[in-house]
Amino acid sequence: MNKSRLYFLLPVIIFGVLCIFLLRGLSLDPSAVPTALTDKNVPIFDLPALDDQTIGLASSDLGGEVSLINVFASWCLPCRVEHPLLMKMAGDGVVALHGINYKDASKDARAWLDELGDPFGRIGADRDGRVGIELGVYGVPETFVIDQSGRIRYKHIGPITQRDLDKYLLPLIEKLNQ
Amino acid sequence: MIAEFGHIALIFALTIALVQAVVPMLGAARNDERLMLVGNTAALGQWIFILIAFFALMNAYVTSDFSVANVANNSHSAKPLIYKIAGVWGNHEGSLVLWVLILSTFGGAIVLFGGNLPPALRARVLSVQALVAIGFLSFSLFTSNPFERLAPAPLDGVGLNPLLQDPGLAIHPPFLYLGYVGFSIAFAFAIAALVEGRVDAAWARWVRPWTLVAWSFLTIGIALGSWWAYYELGWGGWWFWDPVENASFMPWLAGTALLHSSIVSEKRDALKAWTILLAIVTFSLSLLGTFLVRSGVLTSVHSFASDPARGAFILGFLVIVVGGSFILFALRAPKLRSGGLFAPVSREGGMVINNLLLSAAAATVLLGTLYPLFVDALGAGKVSVGPPYFNTVFIPLMTPLILLAGIAPMLTWKRSDLAGMFARMRVALGVSFLGLFWFVYQKWGNTVFGALGMAISAWLAVAVLWDWVIRVRLLEGSLTGSFSRAIRIPRSTYGMMCAHFGVAVLVAGITASSAWKIEAIQVMEPGDSVSVAGYEYLFQGVSQTQGPNYSVDRGHFVVTRDGSLVTELWPENRFYPVQQQPTTEAGIHTRWNADLYAVVGDPDGQGGWSTRIYHNPLVVWIWLGAFIMAFGGVLSLSDRRHRIGAPRRSQDSLPISASRSRTAH
Repeated sequence: MNKSRLYFLLPVIIFGVLCIFLLRGLSLDPSAVPTALTDKNVPIFDLPALDDQTIGLASSDLGGEVSLINVFASWCLPCRVEHPLLMKMAGDGVVALHGINYKDASKDARAWLDELGDPFGRIGADRDGRVGIELGVYGVPETFVIDQSGRIRYKHIGPITQRDLDKYLLPLIEKLNQ
Repeated sequence: MIAEFGHIALIFALTIALVQAVVPMLGAARNDERLMLVGNTAALGQWIFILIAFFALMNAYVTSDFSVANVANNSHSAKPLIYKIAGVWGNHEGSLVLWVLILSTFGGAIVLFGGNLPPALRARVLSVQALVAIGFLSFSLFTSNPFERLAPAPLDGVGLNPLLQDPGLAIHPPFLYLGYVGFSIAFAFAIAALVEGRVDAAWARWVRPWTLVAWSFLTIGIALGSWWAYYELGWGGWWFWDPVENASFMPWLAGTALLHSSIVSEKRDALKAWTILLAIVTFSLSLLGTFLVRSGVLTSVHSFASDPARGAFILGFLVIVVGGSFILFALRAPKLRSGGLFAPVSREGGMVINNLLLSAAAATVLLGTLYPLFVDALGAGKVSVGPPYFNTVFIPLMTPLILLAGIAPMLTWKRSDLAGMFARMRVALGVSFLGLFWFVYQKWGNTVFGALGMAISAWLAVAVLWDWVIRVRLLEGSLTGSFSRAIRIPRSTYGMMCAHFGVAVLVAGITASSAWKIEAIQVMEPGDSVSVAGYEYLFQGVSQTQGPNYSVDRGHFVVTRDGSLVTELWPENRFYPVQQQPTTEAGIHTRWNADLYAVVGDPDGQGGWSTRIYHNPLVVWIWLGAFIMAFGGVLSLSDRRHRIGAPRRSQDSLPISASRSRTAH
């Protein structure tokens, strides 16, 4: 094969390489944004309880077991979408589930929990959103996976779907529990 | 019942396409007239059945038949009729039906208007067209069936994404698809030529009208999309280098290169393998765009609901079509004999530089669009590539291209005299360039880039006009002589001038609206006013009303200049209760020299509203320029030589498959 013939092969070679990347791309999730806090300790915080029916959440409460922190608000529609899944997880007891009520009024949050159910063990009220800033929250809902030593292992942005649960969250929780 | 008819019609169309892909190709190889003619019947049959399917789906939308899953997921009974119709292609499944409808329409058009094509070439083109149709029809039927039923049927539908409920977006996808799919015909011609082993001037002339049609539609499609983004997204911008936008822009860049290289193939019998490659690449980029938009590989503000299974299907299709074409190209193209030689300084030389720059631009956009994917796939983290990258690499590529467009049409074929040409041009160009640069720099001299952009635009505009002046010899001899010369200039030349002039207008719009845009963001209470670029915006407050399927917060601005009323702006924030989704409708007053653009945001809870006011100079020139360019394409299409047909095929270059086709009869 002479040299000029090779030039004519160039398009198919370039295309071949491109396809390998495209194939790989199919199994990646472009919207999964890693948090800068991954594998770091949870920032230190101590949030008061939402009201007298719940207990508050502090960073010292985390660790010792694998836990999820779900950042939610009564004004957040996607939170309503993912809520049934959280209720189901709480019912199954696969993982300790805590909530951070983000920039919300206590009575609104209470009404919301009374209507939809309360899946959370502890709920910290982050009224001014300061802890949200520490955690790098930029939209509710967000969900953090915390390991036994109190380090953030994963952050999920947006409502949790069954697919997210099966594909990312549950396998990770299972791995951490081993 | 009608939905089932539609489904069956699609299955029939697929079956016919299978026949059409095999029989005419076989007929062409065996030189069997009857087998070749099967292609004509099949192409028309395919078209009719897909038309039936399309209207069946449209019927389901118009009558709000929510037992069809696609309608239930994307329509709502309270939606205005036009959006019920546009809803057909406002979703993944339905847009595929539109896609195959346009594909088969082009196939039918080859039968109806391709009477002057040699039978073997037409048969092969129709076979390739059918191969593409098979891919998309099976994609539709096997992974994205638009006629799937729901039992029990819901009482009402979920509704169309409110962002898409807009007249601009209702007509934008059909134009875009006419462009994408139109390039599939150039692709079919390229593959047919490779199979046949012959590319000559006649071939190039047959390809050209299809490329022109596709290019003109794609130009309008992209312009409409950008216009929609401008007034609907409420950010004051008109192009965001979003993956979906890039997906439409890459085929446009490659298609523009194809448009130019096919001229060289037609007139000078040169650059043949390159033209074939461009035809393949252009359509491949259209397919790649489809893959990117529908597979969820990249994130975008306006992509379809994505699904990896669909992505895998398109990727497989892409591998077969594009990989197969490139292999065929590698096998056959080296044997294509190229004719006309030319010197570096010549019209051909200009076209080669044009092609290099446009291809580099397309590659640049491709790299920037896929870079996040590359990095992610290599496990190197998440990055996003935005306007800073694209602007930095794009401007240096486009600047020489536009300068070149000013002089290249005046170069002669084969060998040209650069010095002589500059001598003819120097007065006009020098004056326009320097004069405008100086003027702009004096008046709004805050950016050198702005002044340079305007000067480049003026260069091209003046060069186009000056070219015409020289061609008709306006400055010498009698006016009647000039007039008769002017009407003898072929329409294709006028088309070229028109398109280049459109580029000049477009560049002026892009430059001015980026360099001298003024933005004011503030909280206003009713009665407050703000001054932007010499215009006073008096905020009158926000009132609430009700649209057909949404509620509206409508802001009201009274705009005055030096005390006299200019216009009133009514920006809206709509809320669609069905989807629980808000949309923004900017209040825009378009003047020839600037757009006055106002958006009302959220209330601050203390009686004030956040408002954004933009002053966008010359922004309307962007879309005006794009439409002038597309008009140039149409003008060129109406050229006499496309109507009277192509020259007879040359006899000297024997097809490389000749031996095989001879043994067959």
